[in-house]
Amino acid sequence: MRTLDVAKIKEAVTELCLKANFELRQDILRALKVALKKESKIGARNILKAIIENAKLAKRKRIAICQDTGFVSVFLEIGSSVILTGGDLATAVNKGVEEAYKKGYLRKSVVDDALLRKNTGTNAPCIIHINLVEGDRIGIIVSPKGFGSENKGAIKMFKPTATERDIINFILEVVKNAGPDACPPFVLGLGIGGTFDHAVHLSKKALLRPIEFRHKKKHFRLLKKDLLKAVNSLGIGPMGLGGKTTALGVNVEEFPTHIAGLPVAVSISCHATRSAERTI
Amino acid sequence: MIPINITTPLTEKVRKSLKAGDEILLSGTILTARDAAHKRLHDLLSKGKSLPVNLKGTVIYYAGPTPPRPGRPIGSCGPTTSSRMDPFTPELIKLGLGAMIGKGDRSDEVIQAIKKHKCVYFLAIGGIGALLSTKVKSARAILYKDLGPEAVYKLEVKDFPLIVGIDSKGRNIYAKSGRKKK
Repeated sequence: MRTLDVAKIKEAVTELCLKANFELRQDILRALKVALKKESKIGARNILKAIIENAKLAKRKRIAICQDTGFVSVFLEIGSSVILTGGDLATAVNKGVEEAYKKGYLRKSVVDDALLRKNTGTNAPCIIHINLVEGDRIGIIVSPKGFGSENKGAIKMFKPTATERDIINFILEVVKNAGPDACPPFVLGLGIGGTFDHAVHLSKKALLRPIEFRHKKKHFRLLKKDLLKAVNSLGIGPMGLGGKTTALGVNVEEFPTHIAGLPVAVSISCHATRSAERTI
Repeated sequence: MIPINITTPLTEKVRKSLKAGDEILLSGTILTARDAAHKRLHDLLSKGKSLPVNLKGTVIYYAGPTPPRPGRPIGSCGPTTSSRMDPFTPELIKLGLGAMIGKGDRSDEVIQAIKKHKCVYFLAIGGIGALLSTKVKSARAILYKDLGPEAVYKLEVKDFPLIVGIDSKGRNIYAKSGRKKK
């Protein structure tokens, strides 16, 4: 057994919130550069160049990549041989978020009640997902997500007999509806299978993987490829002003499901898709 | 394309000269306002009260910036999604609003109001708030300070890069890229 003070987790959450908001993910940056090579339209090229320049400036000056520094989700993978000491885990994680948003001059975008809408002033609370795994390590992924794109996510409970074409058509409609509002080029996270709620959770997890991630199942690799091609044929382009790059990448997370169903969830994420991770 | 330099306040003559797709460098004074501020302005108008800001020729920027680091005027400050402000926009345009800055498409009602009152809607590139912050020379919260990031800030900007999204004739840059009727 290994004992670990929750203060260490708090520190890591703070560090990861700052990193995610100031440093654009390397896989996203690579994809933007590839997209720039493919685009011929001058307007689209200028937007991609501005996005890349923005990422450099944000990192150098420690200014948030985007002013919507998001609602924070924290994904914890806790080894079952770890004993946590020093207090409550959820409190520590939330304190970590609060500290980052204060120290990093990040925007506090959380209201305390969805209907009454008073800003909490701290960007807490965050959402914490805990997964128990083997071993004595703790994996932490912090994902602050802006709501310009969060507002555009969708789920559909398909009939089990639905085809890949049906699924792609649904996703294309979701992408079209997100259109220029959600800051394309997008990263798309798909959650396929499980239950109504779990499919959405999977779609969020899909956004955390590097976009070059190779799915271990061939039919999901094909779906990813077909979908990316179909989405980029829509012509929405950077900021919706036309171009070849409507999505930078697609990732899929899947889970067994029920004989009567086929849940498909789509999380839309903007070109400033942010996450950072660490193992302690 | 060579960007067109314009300065606030935006006169009707300037507004009418702009075409959808034009690249603009805007200098002068603009006010930020997003969801919560729009709701408050709307509530005042529906009670028949007057507004605490003069909208005549004013440019409203749909934005909620991050706080500034010490010694800097502002933090990251890109545009937010404009369509959320659509229900409140025609009544502000009717009161003389000069222009709006945001991202994404607008409703048919907003486009009609823009056309009728010779207003203009600018696009700023979303998700490049760090870069846009270098174009802001000063920022000061002037209204609804209790809203935190959603307060109304008065910004002085220099060469703030924009694209004309919808011009005073109602021409829409998104019309070409398969605009969906909402």
